[in-house]
This record gives sequence, C-alpha cells and structure tokens, in this order.
Amino acid sequence: MKRAFKATFIEDNGVSHTIEIPEGWSLMEGAVKHLVPGIDADCGGACACATCQVYVDPHWAAKLPAKTDMEETMLDFAPTVQPNSRLSCQLRMTEALNGIVLRIPKEQH
Amino acid sequence: MSEKIVIIGAGQAGCQAVQSLRAEGFTGAITMVGDEAYPPYQRPPLSKAYLQGQLERPRLFLKPDAFYAEAGCDLLLNISATAIDRVARTVELSDGRKLAYDKLLLTTGGHVRKLRCPGAELPGIFYLKTIADVDALQAAFLPAARIAIVGAGYIGLEVAAVGAKRGLQVTVFEAMDRVMARAVSPVLSEFFAAEHVKAGVTLKLNTGVEGFEGEGKVERIRAGGRLYDCDLVLVGIGVLGNDELARAAGLNCSDGIVVDRNARTSDPVIYAAGDCTRHYGREGGELRLECVQNAIDQAKHAAMAMAGKPKDYSEVPWFWSDQYDLKLQIAGLARPTDTPVLRGNPASRKFSVFHLREGKVAAVEAVNAGQDYMIGRKLIAEGRAVEACRLADFSISIKNLL
Repeated sequence: MKRAFKATFIEDNGVSHTIEIPEGWSLMEGAVKHLVPGIDADCGGACACATCQVYVDPHWAAKLPAKTDMEETMLDFAPTVQPNSRLSCQLRMTEALNGIVLRIPKEQH
Repeated sequence: MSEKIVIIGAGQAGCQAVQSLRAEGFTGAITMVGDEAYPPYQRPPLSKAYLQGQLERPRLFLKPDAFYAEAGCDLLLNISATAIDRVARTVELSDGRKLAYDKLLLTTGGHVRKLRCPGAELPGIFYLKTIADVDALQAAFLPAARIAIVGAGYIGLEVAAVGAKRGLQVTVFEAMDRVMARAVSPVLSEFFAAEHVKAGVTLKLNTGVEGFEGEGKVERIRAGGRLYDCDLVLVGIGVLGNDELARAAGLNCSDGIVVDRNARTSDPVIYAAGDCTRHYGREGGELRLECVQNAIDQAKHAAMAMAGKPKDYSEVPWFWSDQYDLKLQIAGLARPTDTPVLRGNPASRKFSVFHLREGKVAAVEAVNAGQDYMIGRKLIAEGRAVEACRLADFSISIKNLL
C-alpha cells in the first residue's frame, strides 16, 4: 500500500477539506478523487488547461519545487492569478508536503 | 413528478453533463448508461502515461464512485442502449430493461475505424480506444518486439514514442505524405517526423497498408507493395462517431449526430454532446471534433439547455499531444488557406505556428511553448487582428501582442 499524506483545500467560501493523497499523486488528483469543489482540472493533469489553480500558503510555498516554464506560462493567463498561485496538477505529494494548505480561487475559467 | 434525464454513454461528456446538470440546478433523476466495465475515465493518457505504466488504472477515473452517489446519478455499466422509442420516450437496454426519459442526452463517443484488408482479423493486431484495448496491447508491447503501427496520427505517434522509449522496434506506416496530416500544419509534421526518426522510429510515408499475413497470428505486414516482418500491429486510422442508435431512431445524422448550438438534436427533447456530434463550429460550417475540450464544453452547454438555461456554444477548440519530451498544444482549427507564421526556431524544440485568417489569429500550434498557446487561445477567442511580422519577431514578447 502506498503511503499517503494530508492536504487541506480551502474553498473561496471558507469551507475546508482535509484529505489524504497517496505519495506521487498530484495534489489535483487527490482533490478530484475526494470531490473537493472548485478544482476543475478539465485536461486531467496534462498542464493544458490551467483549471486546477490553487493559492499556496506562504509557509508551504517554499517547500514546493520551482515552477516549470510550462506551468509558469499556463498560469500567466489563468484568471485571478496571485504570486502564490500554482497548478495543482504539477505538484506531487511527498512526505515534505504532509499537511500542506491550499486555497481554491473563486473561478477557474 | 420529477423530471427524468437519461444519459447514454459514460465517458468524458456524460460525466461532465452529470456534474453540470446538478450545477445548473436540475433536481430530477439522472441515469447514465455505459457499455464499458468502468465508470467514466480519461482517454488521453491511454496512449501516453497509462501505456507507459506511469499511471495506474484508478488514476484514470474522472470521478470517484462517491461522486455518482452524491450527485444522485444511477450509473449502469456494462450495459448498452439498443434502441430509442421517441414516441414512448423510452430507451431499451441490452439487459432487456426499458428506461423512461423526459429528456435524453447522447454522449456515445466514437469507435475506431477498422482496417478491412486481407488478414485484418489476425490475432496480434490491436486498436486503441479503451482501457481494455491498452491492457490487451500491453501484453505484447515488450522490449525488442517489432511493432508495425498503421497510421501516423496522434494515436500512432504517441504509441510510437512510448514504444521507442521502451525499446520496441517501431515502424510507422502512413498512407499520406506527412505525419498527423489531419491535425497539424506541414511545419509541425516535418518537425515531429524528424523527432521520431531521431528516436529510432522508422517512418514509411506514402505507404498504404495492403494486408497482413501469419500463421495463427500476425507475422508480416504488406505495405507499399512490400512485406515487413512484425510481432504485433497497432492500428490508429481514425475514429467514427457513434451515431447508429440516433440514426436508427430517425434523428438527423451525418457522420455524427447533428446538433444545434444548444446541443439539441432534431428531436427537441434529445440532446447530444462530445465526439458523437456534428455541430456548428464557431466560424460557421459543420464539424465533428474528437477532443476533451468539445466533450466538456458541449456537455456543459447541453446541461444548460436541458436545465432550461440555453447558451450558444462557440468555444475555441483545443487539443494536445505528448510525444517524448515534446508537448504539442493546439487551439483553433487551421485551414490550408490560412497564412502560417512561424514564431521561434524548430531546431530549438520550442516554437509555434500561428495561422492568420484575414489578419486575425485563427489557430495556433505550439511545441513546448505554453505561453504562445495560451496567448493564441485568447487572441482567437477575442478575434484580435495581429500583424504577422510582430508574431514572427521573437524579440517582441508574446505578451505584448495581447
């Protein structure tokens, strides 16, 4: 059995969802599998749609791998982007991210 | 009495429709019928990460089982719809059941075009459309095996890329004079062909397949008048819309179920969305698209219309393909009469081709150039005029063109 770690997604309206995500899965996949609202992920994780955006709490942002060019450019044109925006399909769950807190934008389109 | 919606076809479009119907406030009963063993799943990774063994099966599913329960959607799997009675408003199922509907949504998808040449039924000849197809292919998709791929479209080339990585001996046979001829412009065909050759793939263009030979299983492929030895064959020569059920029910069909901009068929209580539809493109003209974008967006529009809030469908289509470390992203539909403008240098493996129609961006094809793709998508949606010389000038940031 794969190890799993915790992540907390907080909706724009404040509703919080703490879920377990298997190691190696993307945070987007975890959110979708647990029916966290607001993570649309139209393309299913191919970094082709920018509809799985999250805002990462500053404490956690430093623990994430740097954005690839692709993620950076996809985010450039996503709505409601902030400096701490990431695409959750590009973030893999690891032990270091156990407990990560992510906020979901109001709109993904 | 509450309204009943029946959805035939449990794929990306059907799944989206369930979600969107609830989001639009539909509170009646929803039943979704699928003829595969699995709940709706992502097809794009089948020829990529799933074939490569990088994505386990449960990760393909679009939604967890709890989604259907929470959405109050009765999901019937391994069952197909055999007939629609439009007068009685019932759907007959392969298990003999009859489902009554007030509104019906057809998200029946497509089926692979089959080869009809001699030997085409031999074991060892595979197609790729479903999880079951890939699982069957996987057993023969082994290092050192000689695979003959028929068709240099998305499926053929994605499988070629995975095969080359795994150490198969890959030969691709294509009847046309360039790869992905239906999907991309000549610059990209040339670029991708060169990348495959570099990876060790043998490309046979202008080489139509004439037949297969073998004792008990496929051992040789006959193409372009010659025989080639092979251990297995993968055929990827296109997909046809599943419109048989609709056609038999007397709905207007023409290689696809014809729908209007609200995803409505020629029967006002029957809607259709996704690969199975022939619809009006945003630039006029009818077309049938096979892509995630159309499945999602058209299903959303069908749901809106079914929930009594119709909105015209005119989204920009987008597509993608992963081959080796190359991400191809396309938005819009280019025509041969458009003016192509190259931005960047293909030799750098990061470039794009914009297609101008009457001075406006009609389509963009981007290779490892997500920014060009995203900006292109915006320019297309906004119908913005852009000067070709500025698009081609790499010293001007693409962002300045918005």
